[in-house]
Amino acid sequence: MPPAKPVARPLSPHVFIYRWPLAAILSILHRATGVGLAIGVLLLTWWVTAAAVGPSAFDQATGFIGSPIGLFFMMGFSLALFFHLCNGIRHLVWDAGRGFEKGTTATSNAIVIVAALTLTAVSWLLAWM
Amino acid sequence: MSNSSATNLRSPLGRARGLGSAKEGLHHWWAQRITAVAMVPLTLWFVYSVASLASGRMDFDLWLLSPINAAALVLFIVVGVHHGVIGLQVVLEDYVPTHLARTVSILLVKLIGYGLATVAVISTLIVTLGG
Repeated sequence: MPPAKPVARPLSPHVFIYRWPLAAILSILHRATGVGLAIGVLLLTWWVTAAAVGPSAFDQATGFIGSPIGLFFMMGFSLALFFHLCNGIRHLVWDAGRGFEKGTTATSNAIVIVAALTLTAVSWLLAWM
Repeated sequence: MSNSSATNLRSPLGRARGLGSAKEGLHHWWAQRITAVAMVPLTLWFVYSVASLASGRMDFDLWLLSPINAAALVLFIVVGVHHGVIGLQVVLEDYVPTHLARTVSILLVKLIGYGLATVAVISTLIVTLGG
């Protein structure tokens, strides 16, 4: 058979056309925060390694973490970490085959967001006090 | 090409090779979940520790002098990096289109991830044992 000529068929709208349900936003955020946290391993390694190298290296690392840009990163990492933690627990529940009903998902959306924000706020309070 | 049996959807070449899936998917799936469960208490401990260190209630050297904290930090690094590496692998498998780029990027992630974890674990041991 000769190769078929491409025909101008109507295309199904791609994902960006639709208004995303909250669950879809949280789903892609799980991936995005996971990638972000993987990058955070660089900072974790720098911090621990600097402690092994010596006081001046450690002061340099903690100085960066305590700087405005460092604190901005720490805010992002802590929020990403707690979102990934809370949403990850929800994924484990889903893996067990539970919580797929539409109403349940709407509730767990809210629980994940509120829990992640609360845990982040409590951690920063603990760090500030 | 036609299948000799209506109930067998595999191609004759596929049957001759005897290959199905790579047969590693189940292990990968379980490893992702088991490391996820392990990371729940480790993450709570880690954030509590970092918050205590940031507030000045705890000194870094004293923190890592405790064998429990040192063990927990090693676990946090090793389990966390493993969880991250197998997670990034799935992301790369989903989004990197060509076989070569996909294979190379996954291997790079493994090299960098486990390399960083090794450096971080050795550093932890140096502080713990040498402090």
